Amino acid sequence: MSLKINALTKSLWVFHAACSPCNNCDIEILDVLTPRFDAERFGIVLVGSVRHADVLLVTGVPNMKTKDTIKALHAQAPKPCLVVAVGGCACGRVMFRDSYNSPCDLDEIIPVDAYIPGCPPKPEAILAGVIKLINKVKGKE
Amino acid sequence: MSHKIVVPIGPYHPLQEEPEYFRLYTEGENVVDIDIVLGYVHRGIEKLSESKHFDQVPYLVERICGICSNSHPFAYVNAVEDLAKIEVPERALYIRTIIAELERLHSHLLWIGLAGHFIGYNTVWMWAWRYREPVLDMFEMITGNRQHYAMMKVGGVRRDILETDVPLLKKTLDELAPAADMFKGAVMDDPVIHARLKGIGVLTKEQVIEWCVVGPTARASGVDIDVRRDDPYGVYDKIDWNVIVQKEGDVFAKAVVRILEMYESISIIRQCVDKMPKGEIDANVKDVPAGEGIGHVEAPRGECFHYVRSDGTNRPVRHKIRAPSYVNVASNKVACVGGTISDAAITLAAVDPCYCCTERTAVIDRQTDKKILNGWDLVRLSQEKTQRLKK
Ligand code: SF4
Repeated sequence: MSLKINALTKSLWVFHAACSPCNNCDIEILDVLTPRFDAERFGIVLVGSVRHADVLLVTGVPNMKTKDTIKALHAQAPKPCLVVAVGGCACGRVMFRDSYNSPCDLDEIIPVDAYIPGCPPKPEAILAGVIKLINKVKGKE
Repeated sequence: MSHKIVVPIGPYHPLQEEPEYFRLYTEGENVVDIDIVLGYVHRGIEKLSESKHFDQVPYLVERICGICSNSHPFAYVNAVEDLAKIEVPERALYIRTIIAELERLHSHLLWIGLAGHFIGYNTVWMWAWRYREPVLDMFEMITGNRQHYAMMKVGGVRRDILETDVPLLKKTLDELAPAADMFKGAVMDDPVIHARLKGIGVLTKEQVIEWCVVGPTARASGVDIDVRRDDPYGVYDKIDWNVIVQKEGDVFAKAVVRILEMYESISIIRQCVDKMPKGEIDANVKDVPAGEGIGHVEAPRGECFHYVRSDGTNRPVRHKIRAPSYVNVASNKVACVGGTISDAAITLAAVDPCYCCTERTAVIDRQTDKKILNGWDLVRLSQEKTQRLKK
């Protein structure tokens, strides 16, 4: 395992970017950090700037306005930056597919490494998704 | 000192969970003006709603906002029931009220936590969200989902509250009351919170009326409005409860209103559980006739208003939504100006803003400031998109 991957997966710093969500996925992400689920025991911390982040958690359907901002945000992140699509909206737009303000899927804008479906996914699912991603990056199946 | 510096907050800012952009114009440390840029969360729900069946719309409007995900469907079913003159079974009304008050509990706890986070008091955040979890467990027990409960249905509710659920519900409420006491103590007696919140972001009664502010934000400024009492829906007219009003209008008063409302919610749910009659939970509505109806509910953030027009088919031909944050967020223009930059964050958060409810969209020509797209253009755009999808 390269030093880079080893360092990356030790303690993931996540930045949470909302494309155009209904807020619930975002709340469940914050919920993962609060005492009952306590993601900090795995070294997962929410950071204030994408420039400090290892993982970008994206929620919601991209709309005309956020599709450019999310692209810029991803460009600002230090690479390698893992992108996780949290929620049905970010995974495949679900019921907003037909909206006039929803131009494309998230993975058409930025590369996505993991998809966590659910509306909203339960905190357990978010944790499980992130752990699976870590294991995949480390090369374990 | 006329040199104004712009301090941006957003669109992706650690203090906000939603993308929203505030431009603070500052002189020194003082905020002299503020610009609110919306549009990051617009999804065109009103238009989407016109393509859904009357029974599908509650699922859609539920996804307007995750925190008030009961208030929007509640207002919508009220509107359709007003349109079609449907008698809803008594038990269903009680269940609706219980769910609405549970939602207020979880939403106010969430706000207390976030407010603590915004002033750098993360202990409050962690504690508030810890006590919010049992409320979510109740939702999971009753409705099957932690969020997005999918309980509302035209003519009734989708799931019953079982006899076996009641003891646990009561136990949770009993445990929540001491937690509310703790928050009351933590907020009302803490000198640091007093120093940070008192006299900050003041909205006077006149400003509240001028800016049409609703909900706890208005009640904290001495404006005694509450849809639950002024135009009762559900079973609020059969229950004994009080509207909480404070006079000061600062952020502290807004926190106090929300904390005291939690006690009222606990009491309302207790009374509902005791008084709930047995019987049907659904009126089995078949058709919705032509006509128009309105429905409003007191969401945790204020009055949520829905208007539905039907032409006798199985879809609404017009569905207009006005969420409480739409008016509350605009009041930041007066609340923030005159304060300092460090107080701006908590002042912006004090209205408990929910941007995903608020979003409207307009396409404007930057040179002439004229609107480029009007309503009919949007209809044309969506028709074109449907054509493309059909291909
Ligand atoms: S997936 Fe569901 S909960 Fe998440 S943002 Fe979309 S509508 Fe909201």
